[in-house]
Amino acid sequence: MAVSIGECFAQLKAHQQKALIPFLTVGDPDLATTEAALLALDQAGADLIELGIPYSDPLADGPVIQAASTRALKQGTTLADVLSLVERLTPKLKAPLILFSYYNPILSLGVERFLDKIAQAGAKGLVVPDLPLEESDLLVHAAQARGIDVIQLVAPTSPTERIEKIVKQARGFVYLVSVIGVTGVRREVSIALQPLINRLQALTDLPVCVGFGISSPEQAQQVVDWGADGVIVGSAFVRKLAEATPDERMAETTQFCTALRKAINSVD
Amino acid sequence: MTYTPLHAQDATQTNTALGTRPDALGRYGIYGGKYVPETLMSALEELEKAYYLHTQDPQFQQELQGYLRDFVGRETPLYFAERLTAHYGGPQIYLKREDLNHTGAHKINNALGQALLAIRMGKKRIIAETGAGQHGVATATVCARFGLECIIYMGVEDIERQHLNVVRMKLMGAKVHPVSAGSGTLKDATSEAIRDWVTNVNDTHYILGSVAGPHPYPMIVRDFQAVIGRETRRQCLERFGRLPDVLLACIGGGSNAMGLFHEFIDEPTVRMIGIEAAGEGVLTPRHAATLTKGRVGVLHGAMSYLLQDDQGQVQEAHSISAGLDYPGVGPEHSYLKDMARAEYYSISDQEALDAFQQVSRLEGIIPALETAHAFAYLGTLCPTLKSDQIIVINCSGRGDKDVDTVAARLGGLLG
Repeated sequence: MAVSIGECFAQLKAHQQKALIPFLTVGDPDLATTEAALLALDQAGADLIELGIPYSDPLADGPVIQAASTRALKQGTTLADVLSLVERLTPKLKAPLILFSYYNPILSLGVERFLDKIAQAGAKGLVVPDLPLEESDLLVHAAQARGIDVIQLVAPTSPTERIEKIVKQARGFVYLVSVIGVTGVRREVSIALQPLINRLQALTDLPVCVGFGISSPEQAQQVVDWGADGVIVGSAFVRKLAEATPDERMAETTQFCTALRKAINSVD
Repeated sequence: MTYTPLHAQDATQTNTALGTRPDALGRYGIYGGKYVPETLMSALEELEKAYYLHTQDPQFQQELQGYLRDFVGRETPLYFAERLTAHYGGPQIYLKREDLNHTGAHKINNALGQALLAIRMGKKRIIAETGAGQHGVATATVCARFGLECIIYMGVEDIERQHLNVVRMKLMGAKVHPVSAGSGTLKDATSEAIRDWVTNVNDTHYILGSVAGPHPYPMIVRDFQAVIGRETRRQCLERFGRLPDVLLACIGGGSNAMGLFHEFIDEPTVRMIGIEAAGEGVLTPRHAATLTKGRVGVLHGAMSYLLQDDQGQVQEAHSISAGLDYPGVGPEHSYLKDMARAEYYSISDQEALDAFQQVSRLEGIIPALETAHAFAYLGTLCPTLKSDQIIVINCSGRGDKDVDTVAARLGGLLG
C-alpha cells in the first residue's frame, strides 16, 4: 500500500535519495498499457508517479502530451476509467499516485465530489496546472480535509513575493517549472535553473521537484546535481509508449526508468 | 462626453456600478478570473498594471483617438436602414456601421488600443488568434502600421473558409500559423496562441481579440470596444433626443456586443439582445449556442458558460460563420445573462444565410455572416415592438470575406 507524499519524501531523505517522478497520460495508447507501465515503473525505481487525466484543451502541454490526451480521449477514456485504474493499482504499488488534471473536468463533476472520488480511489496528490494561487483556496482546503496534497507550481516568471504565497499554500512538494513554456522534450536544461532551485529552496521546507522539459538521464542528473529534491519526467515517457512497438513498450519504459534512476543516484 | 444626463443622480450611481465590474480578481459575479498556468500570472499582472497606467495617461488617449479618427475612420455612422424598416413595418432600425471601419469590422478598435499598449510595454512581438480572420487582419494591420512582428494563429478549417483574410494578413507581413488540433477552428487557434504566449511571454504581447480569456482581457477588450456604445449614445441623443430601445448584436466571444452594450448596462430602459449561432440547430450537436445550451465551466483562462460534455471535455462548436464558431463566451455575458440584464437567443446557419442575402438586397450592404445572425433576429423581434421604437443593430463587419462560403452554399440559387 502506497504511503503519503510526505512519508515518501521522508523515506527518500532518510536514504539520502532524490525522487524520480514519471508522468503518464491515462489511456494512451490504451488502459491496459497504462496499467502495465505503472507496474513496470514502480519496479524500475519510480518513487512517485503522476497520472494525467486526458483533457480536450491541455493549455500547459506541448505537442507530445497534447497528442497523448487526444489519443486517450479517442479511446474513450473517462474519469471513471482513471479512478478504477487508481483504485485497482494503488494496493500493488509502492509509489504514491498523483493525479494531474485541468480544472474544467474537476469543476464539471464538482470540486468536492471529485476530491471524494480520487481520495477514495487512493490518490495521494493532485496537480491542477491551470489553477493558480488566486483560484485554488477552495480546492486546497477541501483536498486537505481528504488527505490529498495539492501540489503547487512555481514558474521561472514567478516573482519572489508571489513564490512566498505559493509555498504557503503548497502541500507535498513544490513543482518547479524548469522553463518558460509548455511541457515537452528539450535538448538542454537552462543554466538559469540552478539559482531558481536554490531561491525556491530558501523559501520553503518542502521538497522542490523540477519538471517540464526534463527528458534524459543527463538532464535529470544535472537538475539533481543543482540541488533539486526530485525530477518529473513526462513527455519522454509518453513518447516511449507512443513510439515503441507494442512488444517493446514495457522493456523500453523499464530501461529508460532504470537509466533515470541510476543517473539520479550517481549524484552525491 | 458633451451630453448632460437626464437623471444626473442615476448617472453617478451608474459610474460607480460600472467601475466595480470586474472586481479585483477579475470577476463578474462568479465568472471571469484567471485560470492559466503559473508562468502567465506575472504577465497578466504586468498587463493589468500597464493598462491602468497608460490608459489614464491623456497622451495615450489623445494618440488613440487620433488613430481611431484618421486611421480607422471613426466615428462610424448610425445609419437608418429605411428599406429594412419598411420591410418589417414596425420599429425604426438603425445600423451602427462598424463595417465601415478600416479593415471592415469592429475588431480594429481593440487591436489598435492593445498595439499602442504593447508599444508602451516595450513588447515588439505580437501574437493573436483569429477565427473569421477579422481580428487577425486588424492585428496584422496595426502591426504593419507600427512596425511590430506579427504571428497569427488560425485553425486550418478557418484558413480554408476565410482565405481572403489570410491573403490580407500575409500582404501586411504577418505570419499565419495554421492550427490543425481539434476541429481546426477558433478554440484551437486560441489555445495555440496561449501556448505561444506561455513560451515567449518576456518579449511578446498577446492581442486577444474578444472579451474572453483570463482577466484583464475581458475588461481591456470591452473598454477598447466601448467606443461603439459611447458613439451610439451620443448619436441617439443628438438625433432622437433619447436613448434607443433595443440593442442587437451577434455573439461569438462577444466583443462587438459588449462594445455596444457597455455604455447602456445601467440604463434599464434599454433592452440588450445578443444572438448566438445555432448552427444546424440547438437540438443537434452542431451549434455554437454557448449561453443557450452550455453550462458553467473554464476555458482559455476564464469561468463562463461553456459547451462541454458530461465529463467536462470541451465540445467542438459549429457555425457557418467562423467568427461565432466558439464553444465559450466572454464572462461578462454570462453575468449579464444570469442577472437577466441581457437576453440571448440563437439563429441557425440557414436563417443567417437568408438574412445575409436579405440585407444585401434591401440595403446595399453585404454584412459579415457573423453580423447576419443579428439581422436574422429582426424577423422575431420586430413584430413585438411598436413603430416608434428604435433598434440599433451593431453592423459589426462587412461580408466580403464570406462571399465564397455563401456562393458555395447557395450554388445555382445565386443565379
